[in-house]
Amino acid sequence: MEQKVKEPRYHIVKRADINGKEAWIIRVVAILSALLLCAIITMVCTGDNPISIFATIFKGAFGTQRKTWITLQYVAVLLIISLALTPAFKMQFWNVGGEGQVLMGGLAAATCMITLADKLPNAVVILLMVVTSILAGAIWGVIPALFKAMWNTNETLSTLMMNYIATQLVAYFTIVWEVPKGSGKIGIINQNSNVGWLPNVGNKYLLSIIVATVVTIGMMIYLKYTKHGYEIEVVGESQNTARYVGISVEKVIIRTMLLSGAICGLAGLLLVGGINHTITTTISDGQGFTGVMVSWLAKFNPIAMIFTSLLIIFMGRGASEISTAFELNQSFADILTGIILFFIIGCEFFIRYKIVARKDLGKENA
Amino acid sequence: MKKIKKVLSAVLAATMVMSLVACSNETGTEKEAETASEATETEGAEQTAASDVKVGFIFLHDENSTYDLNFINGATEACKAAGVEYMFKTNIPEGQECYEAACELADAGCDIVFADSFGHEDYMIEAAKEYPEVQFCHATGTKAHTENLSNYHNAFATIYEGRYLAGIAAGMKLNEMIANGEITEDQTKIGYVGAYTYAEVISGYTSFFLGARSVCPSATMEVTFTGSWYDETAEKEGANKLIEDGCVLLSQHADSMGAPTACEKAGVPDVSYNGSTASACPNTFIVSSRIDWAPYFAYIIDSVANGKAIDTDWVGTLETGSVVLTDLGDAAAEGTADAIAEAEKAMNAGTLHVFDTTTFTVNGETLTSYMADVDTDADYTADTEVITDGYFAESGSEFRSAPYFDLQIDGISLLDTAY
Repeated sequence: MEQKVKEPRYHIVKRADINGKEAWIIRVVAILSALLLCAIITMVCTGDNPISIFATIFKGAFGTQRKTWITLQYVAVLLIISLALTPAFKMQFWNVGGEGQVLMGGLAAATCMITLADKLPNAVVILLMVVTSILAGAIWGVIPALFKAMWNTNETLSTLMMNYIATQLVAYFTIVWEVPKGSGKIGIINQNSNVGWLPNVGNKYLLSIIVATVVTIGMMIYLKYTKHGYEIEVVGESQNTARYVGISVEKVIIRTMLLSGAICGLAGLLLVGGINHTITTTISDGQGFTGVMVSWLAKFNPIAMIFTSLLIIFMGRGASEISTAFELNQSFADILTGIILFFIIGCEFFIRYKIVARKDLGKENA
Repeated sequence: MKKIKKVLSAVLAATMVMSLVACSNETGTEKEAETASEATETEGAEQTAASDVKVGFIFLHDENSTYDLNFINGATEACKAAGVEYMFKTNIPEGQECYEAACELADAGCDIVFADSFGHEDYMIEAAKEYPEVQFCHATGTKAHTENLSNYHNAFATIYEGRYLAGIAAGMKLNEMIANGEITEDQTKIGYVGAYTYAEVISGYTSFFLGARSVCPSATMEVTFTGSWYDETAEKEGANKLIEDGCVLLSQHADSMGAPTACEKAGVPDVSYNGSTASACPNTFIVSSRIDWAPYFAYIIDSVANGKAIDTDWVGTLETGSVVLTDLGDAAAEGTADAIAEAEKAMNAGTLHVFDTTTFTVNGETLTSYMADVDTDADYTADTEVITDGYFAESGSEFRSAPYFDLQIDGISLLDTAY
């Protein structure tokens, strides 16, 4: 008897190469199966018609003109934050501190609005807000970068911990500036004078959308066609290669995190000066983390990021519409979003690997 | 080939199940719609005008928060009773989202938009400016009387009266514990878990304390603050800290079950807020006070249906049915119900005032005059004389509906005032 080969029934093989068409088929199948699973879970749990649930999700994001604008504005903000994180991720610097960088930018803007409102003309206040919030975000981003460059500290930990410091700083100033006393809320800043409110361009939603467009195009050019962008890519591929060809890795890390933080600060400026007109610890609403997902899903491609951020906002907006229309708990909508994201992220596995079934060696193994 | 067949049949089966459920569900909703319209018709016989009013509600959280659940119940009850259409938006944060939600509700044809959380106020005002024909009503807010918007309104209730009555129940319990020899008179220390050092909280614990002290003169109180309206862990920790500090009875002004469950675990009697906690805490629950918002919702629906103006500051009272106590728990002392009923009668008759200046002192002195910060501004300017006829006039509809009692009276010590 020859020796029995103990080969598992299935095993995983890395795909050597996959063409675009095949990858997209996998993605479409993933989304369809996600929707199917959502439909089944919806029917089993609530007895509601899944088709009407999906229709409601769509209506929640694009049902009225206002809803469409709001959706686009949300997409814009998430997109800016995702774009901000992208160069850092591309050079394999795990910046999970977007949340804190956004908050610091927002806090700087709010500080200008509150303390300078009756001292300087509106235009000067706005100018200062722009400068300080971008600067604040950049500083918050560069601190972990300096530590990384100088002492090779773990940037995942330090950027993450910088988030908590930023949150607590905002919490502290919320108490300092709270109105009325003891309420723990700042409320709309300069509600009647509108000092420091970023100007409306066309309507109140358009400004963020324009900024996002500019940042997207700028980031695409920066990453693809500039020397900086190339350096980021080389550092991301291999720091040793970068050193070998004479790129100063430390310099690239610091420079890139300055940029990353600055754009996060810009998002904070928009959130505080252009959208909410207040500052709270939850103003960035976890988007510093969601942005990581948006960026990864799009494979760091700024144009693809438009679609991934749209997908996430679309699901979120649709989800809250479900809870209104069907009087379901918000958690149900979160379950649906979770399922869809799970499939979308999961399908990347099948794009990179394939499962190979064992070829039966003989009848006895069947 | 076999595999494909298998997959196909599975997909087919799934589709069939789906369509089946879809069909049965459609008939289900139709039925519901029918019964709903029937209900509207029968209601409509009495209240024809109300039926075409549509109300939109904005809630900070959903039914998992006792605070929002209290509003959701009131809203459902009032809208069903009036036979009007309504829309709920839950989990709306206190930011621009609130403005967007209010505008979306107005776009959807709501005649009244209501928001339940303090931080929603500024955003409701922004929406009210944009939709002058829609009525915007906001609970717990402070700005309606200074904004000069005819379609923006605040509402609150004299919950300090409810707290006072709940305080009487607490005092009775302390007396019972003394009589049973469980504690001595100098151990009658009450603990209180508050959210922020905000006037609403201060007014709440002070009235609760005054109620307790009116029956148990030796009572003192310690207050701790969590810095959040809803933080189960912090509330539980706060309660445990107070119990370790020697507090023999607890109450709270924060929205989670943190404090009541900590009390149940430690066997310390508890007066809860926003609804009965008897089912989760059967051994320690005494009573709970809450605001019933249904009368206010009925009032605003009726006002809009009949084209009447809504009060800028509406104050619900014991008499409007806005301030209510739950049934007494098993932990309540004997005779509590009678003592509460008596005090309630005196309050309604106007002979008993919660903040009677003869019953408390501030820094050892009796108050004769006090300027409160009634008009909200960033500098907390004290602007209104609120001592009238020997009592502190809290939540007067002539001033504003939300509480503004922010004095630190003797007998209450604050453990931390960071928030």
